[in-house]
Amino acid sequence: MNDYIIIGNGVAAVGCIEGIRSADTSGSITVISKEPHPVYCRPLISYYLEGKTDLARIPYRDGDFYEKNGCRVLYGKSAAKIDPANRTVTLDDGSVLPYSSVCLAAGSAPFVPPIRGLDTVPDAFTFMTLDDALALEQATQTPKRVLIVGAGLIGLKCAEGLHGRAASVTVCDLADHVLPSILDADSASVLQSHLEQNGIRFMLSDTAERFDGRTAHMRSGVTVGFDVLVLAVGVRANTALAKACGCDTNRGVLVGCGMETTVPDVYAAGDCTEGTDASCGQKRVLAILPNAYMQGRTAGVNMAGGTAVLDNAIPMNAIGFFGLHTMTAGTYAGEVYEEKTETSRKKLYTQDDLLKGFILIGDTTRAGLYTSLIRNRTPLSEIDFEQMKKIATSASFSSKTRTKIFGGVV
Amino acid sequence: MKRIYVNEAWCLGCHLCEYNCAFANSGLQDMAAALKGKPIYPRIHIEGKDAITYAVSCRHCEDPLCVKSCIAGAIRKQDGVVRIDQSRCVGCLTCVLVCPYGALSPNENGVMQKCELCLQNACGEPACVAGCPNRAIVYEERGEDA
Repeated sequence: MNDYIIIGNGVAAVGCIEGIRSADTSGSITVISKEPHPVYCRPLISYYLEGKTDLARIPYRDGDFYEKNGCRVLYGKSAAKIDPANRTVTLDDGSVLPYSSVCLAAGSAPFVPPIRGLDTVPDAFTFMTLDDALALEQATQTPKRVLIVGAGLIGLKCAEGLHGRAASVTVCDLADHVLPSILDADSASVLQSHLEQNGIRFMLSDTAERFDGRTAHMRSGVTVGFDVLVLAVGVRANTALAKACGCDTNRGVLVGCGMETTVPDVYAAGDCTEGTDASCGQKRVLAILPNAYMQGRTAGVNMAGGTAVLDNAIPMNAIGFFGLHTMTAGTYAGEVYEEKTETSRKKLYTQDDLLKGFILIGDTTRAGLYTSLIRNRTPLSEIDFEQMKKIATSASFSSKTRTKIFGGVV
Repeated sequence: MKRIYVNEAWCLGCHLCEYNCAFANSGLQDMAAALKGKPIYPRIHIEGKDAITYAVSCRHCEDPLCVKSCIAGAIRKQDGVVRIDQSRCVGCLTCVLVCPYGALSPNENGVMQKCELCLQNACGEPACVAGCPNRAIVYEERGEDA
């Protein structure tokens, strides 16, 4: 009988459990969960602060999920070491667990920059876990002035989540525009205006250089008073365990398209990995939820002796702020088709007869058709792309393709 | 399992399926009270170009990307039917970002909805099929289920 160990208890772990159970109903599964909670999705923590979900609804799976899948979950434990020669995982409490295969689904951790005076700030937080959200909820029981360092996905979702409970929300970032990892400056300006109209204040091309209690001294020379500080500068993949047991790592644990690492019977999935971005062919950390599930599932199937492959992963994000939706996917390379209004953007990037990437702000109707063109590497000459540019519709496909989709099982 | 299939050669583009869908999912007894003078939010919609029209609704995929991508765990597959637990949906639209067919859309409150084959409403079977005047939409077994 197989003994499976999963290090981590997030969405990649759930994918892994469901992947294993699709192929092996009898092997033992042990899940090592640092956090004391059943699996929840990290992106929900800002919705929790906003009141759009609560502790009853936040779990990702039903209460009997682990039991139904025959999993033992070790809450509050961390893995300290993987020993591939003896096929064991040692926990932080010293106990040693044997494995036939192990999946590293260890996620990532917030990067906290060594800013001078940070230790003098009474209420400083990161925004990554449910416990972070619960702590922020406590710290903002009365309206507080919030300063968020970082205008990326995490910083901005935190700003939206806290907006309704805070006296003020200010976001600073060294970058000159918001969401620098997924938006160009032009698209970001639309989003920034919308956020500003909803009461979020920005200090861009600027950052906190020094803290003195509840005062931030900015690089620009101005000072900002605050009560609550959130550091959302970025995240780092948790690669230490993998590195120590001999796995090749870069910014994440390097995985092939079966989620195998360079060490036999050690797999990795989710935010801790660096897999291939199919939209550009390069290795990249794709720290997004759908990818975590799909990688986990692929790893699980293969750990149980199957042959699953994930070779069409791409970066993609759906993120909304105060009712304005933004979607991005792929790589912004090649020629660009643009539609602009004061409050919307549409940019489609094409190269070598392929859609490589897109940015949509405002109208996101049926955006999945664009995503699918990137993932499937559909030659644009096979569809009516002139029509598709303007409106995402399967009417741009051939009648034969449509018959297959709408007249058959897909 | 039985699914909804569309024959675009027979679709008249009359949009009746959209109205029947919105009515069936309104929970109301009277069609006029449910729909008259209001914007409708059907779970099936007509697309097309030139002389071609056809109805688009959830394909209840064998391997649904929306289920794998939902950040709230709100979309599940039960007995072959892809369903949304609307109380868990936070309206992030990740399902719209990944559905290759454009089968999901928000309701009037920004909560996602999709075709669930009318199995949960008073109709009991797809209202779009029952009301299609040219039988362009059918509800039947085709192909193999995994």
